Amino acid sequence: MKNTLKGFALSALCVAIGGQALAQGTPQPGGEIVVTYQNDVATLDPAIGYDWQNWSMIKSLFDGLMDYEPGTTELKNDLAEHYEISEDGLTYTFTLRPGVTFHNGREMTAADVKYSLERTVNPQTQSPGAGFFSSIEGFDEVSSGEVTELSGISTPDERTVEITLRAPDATFLHVMALNFASVVPKEAVEAAGRDFGKQPVGTGAYMLDEWALGQRLTFVKNEEYFREGIPYIDKIDFEIGQEPNVALMRLQRGEVDIAGDGIPPAQFLQFRDDPEFENLMVVGDQLHTGYMTLNVNIPPLDDVKVRQAINMAINKERIVRVINGRATPANQPLPPAMPGYDESYEGYPYDVEQARALLEEAGYGDGFETELFVMNTDPQPRIAQAIQQDLAQIGIEADITSLAQANVIAAGGEQDQAPLIWSGGMAWIADFPDPSNFWGPILGCEGAVPGGWNWAWYCNEELDARADEANAMVDPDQQEERAELWGEIFTTAMDDAPWVPIFNEQRFTVHSARMGGDDALYVDPVHVPVNYDYIWVK
Amino acid sequence: MAWFIVKRIAYSLLILLGVTFITYLLLYMIPADPARQIAGRSATAEVVANIRHQLGLDLPFYEQYFRYLVNLVQGDFGRSYVQRSEVATLIEARLGPTLQLMVAGIGFELLIGVTLGIVAALKRNSVLDQLLMAFSFIGVSSPHFIAAMLALYFFAVQLEWFPLGGYGEVKHLMLPAITLGVLGSGWYSRMVRSSMIEVLHQDFIRTARAKGLKRLRVLLRHVLPNAIIPVIPMIGIDIGIFMSGLVVVEAVFGWPGLGQLAWQAIQQVDIPVIVGVTTLSAVAIILGNLVADLAVLFVDPRIDINKS
Repeated sequence: MKNTLKGFALSALCVAIGGQALAQGTPQPGGEIVVTYQNDVATLDPAIGYDWQNWSMIKSLFDGLMDYEPGTTELKNDLAEHYEISEDGLTYTFTLRPGVTFHNGREMTAADVKYSLERTVNPQTQSPGAGFFSSIEGFDEVSSGEVTELSGISTPDERTVEITLRAPDATFLHVMALNFASVVPKEAVEAAGRDFGKQPVGTGAYMLDEWALGQRLTFVKNEEYFREGIPYIDKIDFEIGQEPNVALMRLQRGEVDIAGDGIPPAQFLQFRDDPEFENLMVVGDQLHTGYMTLNVNIPPLDDVKVRQAINMAINKERIVRVINGRATPANQPLPPAMPGYDESYEGYPYDVEQARALLEEAGYGDGFETELFVMNTDPQPRIAQAIQQDLAQIGIEADITSLAQANVIAAGGEQDQAPLIWSGGMAWIADFPDPSNFWGPILGCEGAVPGGWNWAWYCNEELDARADEANAMVDPDQQEERAELWGEIFTTAMDDAPWVPIFNEQRFTVHSARMGGDDALYVDPVHVPVNYDYIWVK
Repeated sequence: MAWFIVKRIAYSLLILLGVTFITYLLLYMIPADPARQIAGRSATAEVVANIRHQLGLDLPFYEQYFRYLVNLVQGDFGRSYVQRSEVATLIEARLGPTLQLMVAGIGFELLIGVTLGIVAALKRNSVLDQLLMAFSFIGVSSPHFIAAMLALYFFAVQLEWFPLGGYGEVKHLMLPAITLGVLGSGWYSRMVRSSMIEVLHQDFIRTARAKGLKRLRVLLRHVLPNAIIPVIPMIGIDIGIFMSGLVVVEAVFGWPGLGQLAWQAIQQVDIPVIVGVTTLSAVAIILGNLVADLAVLFVDPRIDINKS
């Protein structure tokens, strides 16, 4: 019953969004736009690029087997025309779209898919995304450098790729949609050597036309792109080295179409309240949660009552005000944009009295002293101070230890080092829109190892077993059930209160008045920050 | 003369060695693990160890440093950890714009500084003198970031005399160069003023006036050539100070130079780029000083290096 209702709500939402798109006019091809960024684009090599700035640029130059519907977190086929999953959930058979050509004119084949995945996993490539492919059979052998071919990938013919996994993995299609799984032509990679990231060749909607180091990158429309009519825009100039404030001033003058870095925190309120920017500023959800970890191994945090008391003592609304309202308060680990998010879950209320009572029950009526680790760049120390004041209200004296990012991460990865850590500036943004990405590394037993990211050192074997169960639900018909199971896993974990979920950050993009296309494209949850393929010029 | 130059070059090489050593050591000690940074958060300890080995980061410090030096001598600055391309390529692309801005900026410093210094010296102890010296004091003590933002706001946004940042044409160059010129001119105006006043009190100036030469002729023929000498070695020293200003001004104006490269590399802890830019800056400063010292010899025949 509940599911039917959800279905109704979803279709109503779709109609609403569709209506809005119509109201904004139909996309038209043509036009040239200017996008600015402050930092240099690090690399356009899909096996290596792993930051929010080059993420969607790479998606525009390359394609993988899977992708997402524009502006959503819904999977769709990309280079794969269709796919089949075997009964046991271990073998994925992808049939490739025919007639897709690389920017160099050669037709893309199954051998390219195999080569590309093996290239990412090969330790010589030094890809930060190699670990995502660990479920493919033969991963360990390639990862250790013994061999270069993945035994789990075979190519029966030019248009068929068969991938065999070691265990069923419901997130595998998401992994195939990551940039790290993009298909690259072997001959271009070998010709460019280690500089492929500066001379990218893919099958994507745009081609790199020119890269003046430190100044400008120019993308031009790929006329041969396999999706009819896409992209709409003929040419995108990415101007690099622009100070974010200057970029906004130029946008006001009409010299810039998208200010890629958004709005600097100090100017945020001014811009939000400026009527001139009302229609130009787009707000979107990120797959992000900011949280404080409570190390369940360090007394007195090993007492669940103490952890629950801390959960009730934190005034999240006030912390959101500290960052000028660029986030929404959170009550569970999953962000609202993630499948499995439980809207009915109420979480721990902000209730200082009850928190004091719980501490009293646990035998810490007089409070205790502890340590809060935080990364040392603004606004993180200010957020830590707000938390410190909240804790002081229930008698907990928290010393703030403010360190460089690497040091906080290192402290969190040691079992008895950091009692409390504020995750801001470090964790956690999902790599792909699936709840499992919020479990294993940061709340599951696999992350509670030295050097891991589970800084609460929370390891609940029963919940881990349910997580494995959810990950084995591969059938597309089971997806709703799976999301619900995930939601339960996270809210059950909150009974043990290993975290204080504090807020979900939002994203803000500013674009010029002449830019068309649905708002969701400008804060695309997957094609971060902007989906360049589907936006258009009015 | 030849001996003097050889000696100076030998000293310069020692200084360079020291600079690379200190930079390398500092960056070796900071708590960032490049291997982990490259490997990403999904990496296992094994993968991180593998990358560390590939980069040679598992070697002891002296061996890493020695390797770096051997490569450096061959012109190999290494590869950027973040951009994954040759540091030499990155620096090469930035060198031209930085040199342009540097020449224009120091040019404006001299133009503004020397002019103000002369005026202040001639009208010494007047209100104008005090105003000019106050101006130069404010110039040298203003933070570059704020001053550059203000210049951009008034002259590019409000008055629209210049474009809002960018690179390529003379019009793009003017505002950052003038900003740097105004901010750095104070050093020169103060130097020129005091040196002028000193020369004006010399006997030969009184003699020149006494034999009936016009004021302007005395100023241009006798005072200025003598008063300008201390400015020349100062340019050499100024190159170092100027570069620190470049880092900030380039970032504000979106000027694609070395300063911006350094600024980004520092934020991303991209060690090979930081060491590369630092080494290059050291070379520039040393070269600047050497050239300035040699230039003085030609301008002022009274200085004899064989005696010193």
